[in-house]
Amino acid sequence: MYRYDEFDHRLVSERNAQFRRQVERRLNGELNEDQFKPLRLMNGLYLQLHAYMLRVNVPYGTLSSEQLRKLAHIARTYDRDFGQFTTRQNIQFNWVKLEDTPDILEALAEAEMTAIQSSGNCVRNITADQYAGRARDELVDPRVYSELLRQYSLLHPEFSYLPRKFKIALTGSPHDRAAVALHDIGLRMHLNEAGEPGFEVLVGGGQGRTPVIGKTIREWLEPENLLSYVEAILRVYNMQGRRDNIHKARIKIIVNQLGIDRYRELVDDEWERIRDSRLKVSPEELDRVSAHFAPPPYTDLLPDASAELERLRAEEPAFDRWCATNVEEHKVPGYSIVNLSLKRLGRPPGDLDADSMDAVAELADRYSFGEVRVTHRQNLVLTDVEQRELFELWRALDVLGLASSNIGQLTDIISCPGLDYCSLANARSIPVAEDISRHFVDVDKLALVGDLTLNISGCMNACGHHHVGNIGILGVDKRGEEFFQLTLGGASDEGASLGDRLGRALAQAEVPAAIEAIVETYLSLRMDGERFLDTYRRVGIEPFKQAVYGEPASRAAA
Amino acid sequence: MKTLIRNGAPSDETFVSIGAEDELPAGMDVIVTLDRWRADRDRLTQREGLVGVRLQSDEPPELIAEDLEHLAVVALEFPAFRDGRAYSYARLLREQYGYAGEIRAVGDVLLEQLHFMVRVGFDAFELSSSDPKRDFEIAQADFSVWYQPGVDERDTAIELRHR
Repeated sequence: MYRYDEFDHRLVSERNAQFRRQVERRLNGELNEDQFKPLRLMNGLYLQLHAYMLRVNVPYGTLSSEQLRKLAHIARTYDRDFGQFTTRQNIQFNWVKLEDTPDILEALAEAEMTAIQSSGNCVRNITADQYAGRARDELVDPRVYSELLRQYSLLHPEFSYLPRKFKIALTGSPHDRAAVALHDIGLRMHLNEAGEPGFEVLVGGGQGRTPVIGKTIREWLEPENLLSYVEAILRVYNMQGRRDNIHKARIKIIVNQLGIDRYRELVDDEWERIRDSRLKVSPEELDRVSAHFAPPPYTDLLPDASAELERLRAEEPAFDRWCATNVEEHKVPGYSIVNLSLKRLGRPPGDLDADSMDAVAELADRYSFGEVRVTHRQNLVLTDVEQRELFELWRALDVLGLASSNIGQLTDIISCPGLDYCSLANARSIPVAEDISRHFVDVDKLALVGDLTLNISGCMNACGHHHVGNIGILGVDKRGEEFFQLTLGGASDEGASLGDRLGRALAQAEVPAAIEAIVETYLSLRMDGERFLDTYRRVGIEPFKQAVYGEPASRAAA
Repeated sequence: MKTLIRNGAPSDETFVSIGAEDELPAGMDVIVTLDRWRADRDRLTQREGLVGVRLQSDEPPELIAEDLEHLAVVALEFPAFRDGRAYSYARLLREQYGYAGEIRAVGDVLLEQLHFMVRVGFDAFELSSSDPKRDFEIAQADFSVWYQPGVDERDTAIELRHR
């Protein structure tokens, strides 16, 4: 993991001192809320329905056990004993007090964490594949470049007042777990024929009220030119992006207006001028940062645990299910990647209480070299677990209630905080997630249904990624009542697509039965080996419409 | 009441802002709009007194790229502090067009932004403040380290690491 040096520490402490002065000026009345708002929003502090919410960055989803313990401490000391992991691999504290925030930031800085730019019209937390450096299918580890971008984008003097927020995501695997096509800039790493790494650069993807799949602006970018090319994209956006309408201010709108070819010309003209500037990534800095991501001290040639693992899986069906859904292949033989599901009955998706954070940190130290990852599907990952210890770990997780074997399945629901917290929401998304989870408690049924992503947003801002859920649910307001609009066929991976609207919005009570009807239709139509998404793409939306709304005639009557 | 800060210190305003219809005051230094500059370019360059142009945030510097040798000041307007286009304009003026004259931040300029503005090439600021010199100094002291190269040539953290 990356560790701060003296410069990183100094910058964060100077920023925190500046913010402390700003909070003092707010509290003693020198600044009113209107004047203070832009200042707090540069530092992740939102005023929500009931309280201030502080969003803390987890850079590219990577946490040490020490950092997780610090988050537990903050949850316990300054919040109501919990935090919520978000779709941007961050964590939000929902009940903080304004006067405590400078102390919270200072505590975070002790563990090399910040809330800088977790909101505001600037480059937000850099996100990346949660299995970076560990996945068996990975070509290049994107963490080194994620860290270079984190530093480059932090308190950028020119790009701190962009037209709108700006999100960058990276993946170094062919299977895209970071949804890079749904970001303002998406970076896909490839290897060329000489085995050297480079980036395919996508631009103009995003969700919100105008969802767009990103377009390739450059097929191949050498790593040394990463920062200058990103700077060229940002400079063109800063000058050309629309500022007349907040809903048309993201880069996707200007890319669509100008066309990707024109946008590329503008970027290339600018890039030509700056590519050989001081932005060039030096080999010394690349080496320095890379050293922080050296592999942990794996045990060479672990004894083959597969026979024992097979035996335990045969004996214990729940363990078997968990291995099938929550455990992923590791690039080092004898090790596994383990997912901890934060989708449990009775708890909002992504929520974790302080004691559980401490317990996960403990397990990370014992089983996984002290490293934890946060996924954009609001779960946690232990990156390096010896296969011979999987059973023991599973039992420990089960005691904590963190062994739900539903990763990638229907109840692994992404949900925004919704109207329970958020001042923008039209509808409460957490209770809908809860209804669906209660409806689908049969683990064998869930396993039968298999891979299916279900994403819920409480309003059209789409924080719950409903556009790219295989099943998407969007909360809408109809004459003061909450309704839910379903979409089908969305995906956020390398085959990214936007969901199609199914039909009229449903009342909350109708949603679980509608999901049931969709699932049954899929099961009756699927061919061998087809996932829900494959079947949907083959048969189209009609059979699902009929299943949910009935025959066209009765629909008209209703 | 706004105070002009130039090169880090309060400074007397020596330029007069001229509206679209205003007469040009004889012998005085003036700052004009882009439209006025275009309409009156010859008179403005031949008369006594320095001339500056004030660009709105939708008027990029390429519109005056050919004229910069005649301009003692380019004033960049912040219609609202959120409108960050002029950060890029200032940088392009310095780095792409090699402009060495005064680049002045005018309009809705927050103290919190001064540090960034200096780093992208502004060297003059119209500030609303009861103690502009003190505020400017505090803002400059906000940060002693940064990751990005600016137009000021000062070393970045990355460069300092490998000294």
